[in-house]
Amino acid sequence: MIALLGPEISWYLAVAGFLFATGSLGVLLRRNPLIVLLSLEIMLNGANLALIGFSRNLGDGGGQIFALAVMAVAASEVVVGLGLVVALNRKRVTLDVDRLNTLRG
Amino acid sequence: MLVASAGNVVVWMVWIVAAFACLGSGVAVVSFSSPFYSALALIGNLGSLAVLYLLLNAEFVAAAQVLVYAGAVMVMFLFVIAYIGPRSESPWMGGPGWQAVGAVLAAGALLVEIVVVISLKASGQLAHSEHVDATFGTPAYIGRLFLTDHLLAFEITSIVLLVAAVGGVILGAHSRRSPEEVPSL
Repeated sequence: MIALLGPEISWYLAVAGFLFATGSLGVLLRRNPLIVLLSLEIMLNGANLALIGFSRNLGDGGGQIFALAVMAVAASEVVVGLGLVVALNRKRVTLDVDRLNTLRG
Repeated sequence: MLVASAGNVVVWMVWIVAAFACLGSGVAVVSFSSPFYSALALIGNLGSLAVLYLLLNAEFVAAAQVLVYAGAVMVMFLFVIAYIGPRSESPWMGGPGWQAVGAVLAAGALLVEIVVVISLKASGQLAHSEHVDATFGTPAYIGRLFLTDHLLAFEITSIVLLVAAVGGVILGAHSRRSPEEVPSL
């Protein structure tokens, strides 16, 4: 049996919460859709760190499974998001989330 | 006992380095003006997160993090950034307007909510973590969980990935064909 060395889980959760808040600040503040996607990745990673921290705290592998599912969802989201960015760039639309306020091509 | 406390000190040092690298690169992603540097900072963020996962006995997730995120996803990001071309944008364009103030307030509110909820709901159990087997978090352990208890999640994940792949192909193909289809554009 392995005990948890080093800091308690609450330290990991503090890092996770700070990462989530940083990512949400980027999503709300930045206007370049690429950087908004990168900030979204930070938010997902903050959630993943919390999941894995709780998984270790409870000694239950379900949290790690959930983190892997989140990773797959993040990869899918990046595929669709980058596809949209490339499609917008081909139509010569300004890449600014404040100006992308209509879905009509 | 001496060995255990020495291990404790080493883990603390590794944790401090990884956590500060993680937080610093997270702030760097949000504050760099060029998406290229933001993407490079995110690679550092993902790498230091993988170290934190290793400290939490999640070996397989750490390996998947490096392979999937820092490998595949970030290479795709860098390709798209190179394709679109460098476009810089200052995060505080035109001074702190009402949007920037609102964004900072909303992010701060989220942080406070997270701290309050976790300390209210989970503070009792966080001080003591369960002891785990040596197999906890290994690929065999994760694979057994995926194919027994969490089979539905596994299958749904595969469908999500398939839908995303089809969606990516449709988005790319549509925008390539659209100039001929819509000549009045």
